[in-house]
Amino acid sequence: MAEPMLPSQFADLQPFAARWCLGTERERFAERMASTMADMQSFYDAITPRAEEAIAYCDRFPLDDLPDDVLNLMHLLYSMIMVSYPVECWGQPQIPDTGAVYLDLVSEPVP
Amino acid sequence: MSRYPKPPEGSWTAHYDLGTAPVSYEDSISPEFHELEREAVFKRSWLNVGRVEQLPRNGSYFTKELAVARTSVVVVRDQQGEVRAFHNICRHRGNKLVWNDFPKEETAGVCRQFVCKYHGWRYDLDGSLNFVQQEEEFFDLDKSDFGLVPVHCGVWEGFIFVNLAEEPAQSLRDFLGPMVTALEGYPFDLMTERWFYRGPVKANWKLYMDAFQEFYHAPVLHAHQTPAEWSVPAQKAGFEAPYYKIEGPHRVVSTAGIRPWELKEDQRRPMEDLTRSGLFGAWEKPPLPPMPPGLNPSNANPWGLDSFQIWPNFVILIWAQGWYLTYHYWPTAFNSHVFEGTLYFVPAQTARERLAHEMTATMFKEYGLQDANTLEATQTMLESRAVTRFPLMDQEVLCRHLHKVATEWVNDYRLEKEGARV
Repeated sequence: MAEPMLPSQFADLQPFAARWCLGTERERFAERMASTMADMQSFYDAITPRAEEAIAYCDRFPLDDLPDDVLNLMHLLYSMIMVSYPVECWGQPQIPDTGAVYLDLVSEPVP
Repeated sequence: MSRYPKPPEGSWTAHYDLGTAPVSYEDSISPEFHELEREAVFKRSWLNVGRVEQLPRNGSYFTKELAVARTSVVVVRDQQGEVRAFHNICRHRGNKLVWNDFPKEETAGVCRQFVCKYHGWRYDLDGSLNFVQQEEEFFDLDKSDFGLVPVHCGVWEGFIFVNLAEEPAQSLRDFLGPMVTALEGYPFDLMTERWFYRGPVKANWKLYMDAFQEFYHAPVLHAHQTPAEWSVPAQKAGFEAPYYKIEGPHRVVSTAGIRPWELKEDQRRPMEDLTRSGLFGAWEKPPLPPMPPGLNPSNANPWGLDSFQIWPNFVILIWAQGWYLTYHYWPTAFNSHVFEGTLYFVPAQTARERLAHEMTATMFKEYGLQDANTLEATQTMLESRAVTRFPLMDQEVLCRHLHKVATEWVNDYRLEKEGARV
């Protein structure tokens, strides 16, 4: 059994951690584009009912000094936002009618 | 029937005397026009290349590729703390002075002096040449004649501008004029949480500026970004801005806003409720000092945003929800440019605030990519010249102005050149 990546009260989200605890937007966007809708739907369905509790949990720590497992939880929440457009609006990983373009996030805040 | 009063002339377009005839987009599809524009516009205007926060201490520097002017500049905070800019070229044999790994990629860092990778010539941060390898073998070389070539550089409200003209026609502040400088006092310096997006766009730079200086397209192109309970009535209502202002080569559009948290729940996406945030920013505004007089000129309540289109290729867009973003459009050819979008927030203090920013930034990209892709579709068909006259409506008044200014600057330049030849 691999070392749990998330705080113990979020063990139910552990199956999604290896795939979606990603530290940069570039990785999260790439994972979204490489995912099926079924994968993203099951992640979305699992995390959204736990999101409020997860945010409140992260808020107990100083943002500039998050323990590793809490940082992973933050990254998982970022990924929740990343998959929300495909799940809530598009029904597909790609933004409709954007086949020919890309927009790189060259620098972003950490965490 | 207008929701907002129009100027006495009956339209914004007539008010600013821009003519109402269909327009030509020849200025966006002609390689010849673009060659003139490089000289007439980009080598004569003040160009924003960054912010002072990118130069946090003495010795901090960054480079900026200005393909449109066929140069690269290095911007540095010198040992006295002054911001300076130089053409990024070694005086010895023309090597690019500051770069890493890939000569055409921008870079940033901190240094005590600049050292050329080729033969080791060294320059102080004020540009003076201080060391020449095997100096004694050169012929009558006076180092004081071989400093870096300076570029005019100015800072306004923390925004760093350069001007490639030998002698700029106007100071930076005069160039910006009263409409733009009425933004002075906005807390740009507090908003240091920065998200920097960049991507190539296969369209003339002015076409992307057009996309973000009218919102007529918003309820249509972006309809599916929002639930039908919102998008259907929004499309039916169409878009109107309460206020447009044009001053010299610059433009402003100000919009009314919405309070997303007051909408019915089925008019919002579930993720907006979870993060209490959206495209317009976090629902909870950060505490900010009083706003400067130049903002929300129509006193809209709720107010949406003010978009300052600063000639030629720079936009400052200030959102009512207490954050701002900038756009830059850097031409690389008559039919392509590099787009940069940079989002600035008061740094998040909590995980909840940080997630609200993540939501806004993520939505920004979803919208921006739709806009960008549409432009390639426009550029290629404009180039067909199957249609050469295009009607613009009153909400597109700023598009009309941008193309008029570009044409005027190019024509003035042409006349000057011809005058010089006589």
